[in-house]
Amino acid sequence: MSKLTATERLALVRLKNRPTVNDYIPLIFNRFTELHGDRYYGDDPAILAGVATFHSIPVTVIAQVKGRDIEENKRTNFAMPHPEGYRKALRLAKQAEKFRRPVICLVDTPGAFCGIEAEERGQGEAIARNLMEFMSLKTPIISIILGEGGSGGALALAVCDELAVLENALYSVISPRGFASILWKDPTREKEAAELLKITSEDMLRFGVAEKIIAEPAGGAHNDCRLTADNIAEYLIEAVRRLSALDTETLLANRYEKFRKIGEFTE
Amino acid sequence: MGLESLLETVKERFKDEKPPHIHPRAAAKLNIPADLLSKCPRCRFVVFKEDFEKSRKVCTNCNYHARLSWKERLEMTADKNSFVEFDSTMTSRNPISFPDYPERLKTLRKDCDMRDAIMTGECLIRGYKTVIGIMDSNFMMASMGSVVGEKITRAFEYAAREKLPVIIFAASGGARMQEGIISLMQMAKTGGAIAKFAEAGQLFISVITDPTTGGVTASFASLGDIIIAEPKVLIGFAGRRVIQDTIKQKLPDEFQTAEYLLEKGFADMLCERRNMRSCLANLLRIHNYTKKVG
Ligand SMILES: [Zn+2]
Repeated sequence: MSKLTATERLALVRLKNRPTVNDYIPLIFNRFTELHGDRYYGDDPAILAGVATFHSIPVTVIAQVKGRDIEENKRTNFAMPHPEGYRKALRLAKQAEKFRRPVICLVDTPGAFCGIEAEERGQGEAIARNLMEFMSLKTPIISIILGEGGSGGALALAVCDELAVLENALYSVISPRGFASILWKDPTREKEAAELLKITSEDMLRFGVAEKIIAEPAGGAHNDCRLTADNIAEYLIEAVRRLSALDTETLLANRYEKFRKIGEFTE
Repeated sequence: MGLESLLETVKERFKDEKPPHIHPRAAAKLNIPADLLSKCPRCRFVVFKEDFEKSRKVCTNCNYHARLSWKERLEMTADKNSFVEFDSTMTSRNPISFPDYPERLKTLRKDCDMRDAIMTGECLIRGYKTVIGIMDSNFMMASMGSVVGEKITRAFEYAAREKLPVIIFAASGGARMQEGIISLMQMAKTGGAIAKFAEAGQLFISVITDPTTGGVTASFASLGDIIIAEPKVLIGFAGRRVIQDTIKQKLPDEFQTAEYLLEKGFADMLCERRNMRSCLANLLRIHNYTKKVG
């Protein structure tokens, strides 16, 4: 396992050729069929969702879409979803519950979009509702952080039975840059913030936030996308089978407990 | 002219109106000692502190409902001597070894007379028994870390068992960055507690007070069965400055206010502070909670 610093990983997950969900989905799933729209307002291209089979098992896939070039990034808003993206995710999670198929969330976002339209359509409410509804969704949920796990915008797709994190992926309450500019009034201290915040996959395992680190090839996922996809698939099949074998009551009780126990206090 | 007669003159001039509120420029000319005055952070008008207290810290000019300490809020909300505190000794650790965090907490604990940014407990409101949570923005902008998340979760778990309603007065700058990823997880944890609470069939009223933003807007504060906002308060997900920097234009004044929230369909009602107790008691009655007698 590489021992890159948080700062090095931050640069790595922002590489233009870091594989995105558009690379992984065809390598991992069969018959992927995209389903659009939240049924209230519109369709958010920052979140790609649909149904597929995975080792012949029907699954629902919900993924945040980083663009591979500027054109795609314009279309997908650099993977920063609007409320309708989160509502589409919830709609399809509920649909998965109806058909008892596992939900697989692929997380890769700098954060939920911050803008006038996002505010007036209830960005806060959309994220909050996902947290509550995913917590009681009666089907297995597995989330995988592929690159950037940016704050509430990532968490809205990461309330799950198991969280896996790619070796070099990051998960943070705020971007290191945001942290530096708010707390130190100095965004240039981004690197210092990245180290201080404890945002690596190893940190996530240690805090009990994640259950699994998925290995990346030497130098990072972009050096061998197929191998990375194989590693993801290898983890996924084991997790899907194991979680699908649990009765719903146990599944939900375990999910509640997974988050219930996180907190560091004395009394 | 002596100070007393000056005050009399000013009050005389406004005696038939609401308590006098003075334009900041006029106030400067009057030469009134600053410690007798209070300036509204929203409209900048100046009022006498005495009148500001009497109006429950509501601006008589623009109706902005100013921030309250947990003690002031409790006194305005609960029946006298009915409050029993939960988890009175819970204190945060320092999960990411953030420099000076424990020292900062220690100072705030003393200054705010509370262990962390929320007080939880049970109390009576016009005789109706309820679980209550009051966030206090004086404590690190009432950001949500381990203690806030745990106390809220326990409050909902307790209320579900005891078949009681929950009322939370939200106010927060969001997740507490000083606790790193642990603070983000509190959003999911409280969301889970509310999901379970809903299964128990009990009522959750979320009262939005100034300011409610970030991870608290994006978790429990937006999940009330009924969402009440105090007039003119700030409520939103993203910070105003962040949005302004993104779109490179000035945002309208009413953006992210309680009134805006109501207009966009994300609040059930606005409620003036002086009517809050009767509003809450009325909603508790409609949901079949019964008054405790004696
Ligand atoms: Zn005012």
